[in-house]
Amino acid sequence: MIRFILLQNRQGKTRLAKYYVPLEDSEKHKLEYEVHRLVVNRDPKFTNFVEFRTHKVIYRRYAGLFFSMCVDITDNELAYLESIHLFVEILDHFFSNVCELDLVFNFHKVYLILDEFILAGELQETSKKAIIERMNELERQE
Amino acid sequence: MGSQVGWGTSKEFTDIVKAIGEAKSKAEEERIVTAEIETLKKRIAEPDVPRKKMKEYIIRLVYVEMLGHDASFGYIHAVKMTHDDNLLLKKTGYLAVTLFLNEDHDLIILIVNTIQKDLRSDNHLVCCAALTAVCKLINEETIPAVLPQVVDLLQHPKEIVKKKAVMALHRFYQRAPHTVSHLLPKFQKAVIDTDPSVISAALCALYDLVTADARSYKNMTGSFVQILKQVAERRFPKPYDYHSTPAPFIQIKLLKILALLGAGDKPMSDNMYNVLGDVIRKNDSGTNIGNAILYETICTITSIHPHPKLLETAAEITSRFLKDINHNLKYMGIDALGRVIKINPEFAEEHQLAVIDCLEDPDDTLKRKTLDLLYKMTRSSNVVVIVERMISYMRTISDTHNKTEIASRIIELAERFAPNNQWFIQTMNQVFELAGDLVPPKVAHDLMRLIAEGAGEEDEDADSQLRSSAVESYLQVLGEPKLPSILLQVICWVLGEYGTADGAYSAMDIIGKLCDVIEGHPGDDAVKGYAITAITKICAFEISAGRRVQLPPEGRAVVEELSASHSTDLQQRAYELMTFLELPAEVVAIVMPMDASCEDIEIDKNLPFLKDIVETALSNGARPYIPEHERVEGGLGTLLAVTNNGPPSSSLRFEAYDKPVVPVPVVTPVQPTPSVTDYEERSDRRSARTPYPSHSVSVAPEIDLINPESTRLRLDGVQRKWGRQTYSTPSFTASTERERSSNGGSHVRDTGSAPYESSSRAAEKKKPPVEVSSEKQKLAASLFGGSSGSRTAPSGSAAVRGARVAAHKGHGHGPGGGDNKHQTSVSVPVPAASSTPNPAPVPQAPPPDLLDMTDGEPAPTAPRNDPFKLLEGLIDPQAGSGSGTSAPSAKADVDLMSLYGTGQSNPVDGGVQSSSQVGLSPLLGSTGLPSTVQPAGSPVVKKGPSPQGSLQKDATARQAGVTPTVVNPDLFKDLLG
Repeated sequence: MIRFILLQNRQGKTRLAKYYVPLEDSEKHKLEYEVHRLVVNRDPKFTNFVEFRTHKVIYRRYAGLFFSMCVDITDNELAYLESIHLFVEILDHFFSNVCELDLVFNFHKVYLILDEFILAGELQETSKKAIIERMNELERQE
Repeated sequence: MGSQVGWGTSKEFTDIVKAIGEAKSKAEEERIVTAEIETLKKRIAEPDVPRKKMKEYIIRLVYVEMLGHDASFGYIHAVKMTHDDNLLLKKTGYLAVTLFLNEDHDLIILIVNTIQKDLRSDNHLVCCAALTAVCKLINEETIPAVLPQVVDLLQHPKEIVKKKAVMALHRFYQRAPHTVSHLLPKFQKAVIDTDPSVISAALCALYDLVTADARSYKNMTGSFVQILKQVAERRFPKPYDYHSTPAPFIQIKLLKILALLGAGDKPMSDNMYNVLGDVIRKNDSGTNIGNAILYETICTITSIHPHPKLLETAAEITSRFLKDINHNLKYMGIDALGRVIKINPEFAEEHQLAVIDCLEDPDDTLKRKTLDLLYKMTRSSNVVVIVERMISYMRTISDTHNKTEIASRIIELAERFAPNNQWFIQTMNQVFELAGDLVPPKVAHDLMRLIAEGAGEEDEDADSQLRSSAVESYLQVLGEPKLPSILLQVICWVLGEYGTADGAYSAMDIIGKLCDVIEGHPGDDAVKGYAITAITKICAFEISAGRRVQLPPEGRAVVEELSASHSTDLQQRAYELMTFLELPAEVVAIVMPMDASCEDIEIDKNLPFLKDIVETALSNGARPYIPEHERVEGGLGTLLAVTNNGPPSSSLRFEAYDKPVVPVPVVTPVQPTPSVTDYEERSDRRSARTPYPSHSVSVAPEIDLINPESTRLRLDGVQRKWGRQTYSTPSFTASTERERSSNGGSHVRDTGSAPYESSSRAAEKKKPPVEVSSEKQKLAASLFGGSSGSRTAPSGSAAVRGARVAAHKGHGHGPGGGDNKHQTSVSVPVPAASSTPNPAPVPQAPPPDLLDMTDGEPAPTAPRNDPFKLLEGLIDPQAGSGSGTSAPSAKADVDLMSLYGTGQSNPVDGGVQSSSQVGLSPLLGSTGLPSTVQPAGSPVVKKGPSPQGSLQKDATARQAGVTPTVVNPDLFKDLLG
């Protein structure tokens, strides 16, 4: 199960944070700080996995943004790594050539996309098409 | 897709985001956010805020909160917004509350009603919004309020609603299983839905259910296999493909479930073999996602009842992962290797080099994973090297969580496989020094016991040698600063017990050292207690040897100080010491005999000498004694505290000692007479004399001796602790030996008496494969120091069978065709019996062999170096060509996504590609505006209106005044480009 997802830039600024387990605010800030410190200085050719307390963090860097996902120790690392990529592909599709700036100014939409992609800590929809269609459906309401 | 180009937010908000983005310092950012909070507080409280405006405020609250500030003043407005009729506002409201509130927040109660209403809505979008909120916000108490509606939605015509309803139900199950226990069949129904996303949702829930209780779901194995088959055969809708792999995430979930269902169940596993083979064939594409599935398949294959052919395939894939230059795959390979060698320990040797490489890799994650693997494959023959590695790794880490874990592993390995006592003691000392008080006290007590009991043989010379060397090393250690308390306790005890035993050091020397300890650790009562008792013992030994003892001045000072200590415990120890100094030699010799920490003190639980007193008391009208277990709960608390049932934290009694049943109110241990000659029970019974002689009456209650089971079990624990005992005791029959080692190896899984029935091979055969293998593993190690004969054997497809046979062929020719499960287990005793004559070489001089994974340098050099060279030779040109091709291609096709897809299809280049892909941005986006570079390639078109889109986006950004800054030059860079 996914415990939380973080999008942070290289400076450690949080671009998106979604928690699937109840945590205190102070705990969240601590986590964000620690995860950033863990991933930011890793060599690009290292593994994309870091042990984190009793869990592990799967992360991947896209341009200046780190996408980090905290999952159970028994989870399949590669699969979650690919799910991060799928998420970025969805973002890329939705924002057409997504860049960090899109996410900065449309963070609320990113949250909505994420809610369609992951629910209650599990992947709920892995079809890019289905998610994009649904987002468009919402967009039309505006 | 119109609005994602423009940002659809007000200028004001855009400016704030921009200002924060450009903030030069944390303080500046703080200032901006604080100002924003003030503005929002004011605005949001104004009467009649237009709803559209309010939506923006809520989004701004989310932003503020995301930056780590408190926006709780606005929560109520977010809650109110969920009541709105407008779908977008409602969604924004729900989004905000799911981000703001935890399930136990007070405001939840205000939302439940809205959620209930929305779940009944005709608009499926509203239902979806409510279901999303349900997953986050509904807690155990409120589940019943929404459960009926959620269940109704399971029948909803729209898949998207159905899927979310299934997930909500799953969430309820995680929260409070009993609330939905009657609804579990719904998941089984959902899994045969036609829509992949509904199936996927149901699988998540079923995975949890099967984990909790696999037996009840065995009958579904067929359906799972069927679904997996359908997915693998691409009968799922195309949009669920990912990088041209059909529904990979569903495949992985299914494989996980099958692993659970097939574990130790041959009939169930039989159903799976075919489909697992199919899955492997169809996913052998070399893409990341393909590898993810392959890895999961290995997990499944190694978890279910073993199938030789599949195991072979699993082993092959594992080798491929290990040989890949991509670190991620190496990591998965190491993990997979750990699983494969559980079934087939010999498989590891083929990959020694790869494993060593990973161990020396600068990537900490990989290193840790490799240490995990080594931990799993440690045997008595390679324990020295592996523990050395672990200790040197422990030196490099600082966080306590890891340290504790590594320390406990080292201790476990050392206890189980230690080649000799000396090594064990030195290893323990290192662990204590590095991990200090993270080590559980029990370990220290075990160490003291080991030093006291020695090798457990009648070889007194070796024992005293061991003790002398322990004393020697501890006197050295004492010179070092900042020793952890627990190590000091061990040191004090050992010095007290054996400091003067071999005559190398005079009593005065040792006493002086102990006084230094006391003076050096004024705050540590435990250490002081150990030290003063040690002094007492040394004095007592001197007195009983007929020598006069005069405490040195600093000793007297210490005793005086302690006799006035705040701790009554220390006071008592000090007074005891003073009493001893007065007593005549004969009395002291009886009370405090030399080297008697292993002797038993017999206690007559009936306390006959008190009979007179008791009778007098009873006749005087006292109430008769009521045994503890018959007493009423009420007054028990205080009584328990008094009867020292379980050692109080400050007391230093060894935890490992038997629980005292009778509190013996004696101060000087007069009545328990140590039976000096009682050697027979030496290994069963442990020291009755603790470092605290005055409190030393905690003796094994008789029950423990009588009850064979508990005695046996504990005896076993003792055996396990020091593996060499097992190996070096010639009197043990081979089968006992085997049992012991198997018991040591798999004690976690053992269910009690099974290992003792040496005849029940058949029963063992039925046990999960894991057990058999760990038994085999240890057998091989204990018999021929690690089956060096098979170093040449396994290669390629013969690996599995070959290695299995190898496990038994150390002695001439084992029974042929050892890949038959039954034969394998039957053949076990044969080599075991033949080896009994010479078990000695194993512990004493483990021959250099394949199992010494880490033994790179001293090993035979020529053949070992070759593979290295070869490997380098292999890697270099590939790496060169890999990056050579990837770089130009990256320039040619600007669309990296397609590159990513195709690039991965080449397994060798995969690593280079993906790693360069991850960190590629600098390569491509050397300017801040890659979007203007983009339009070059035609592949871009398929991603949407990207050239125009990008230009537009760029224009919008510039209009808003956002320009790439030094602070974050990547702001404009395409994430995927």
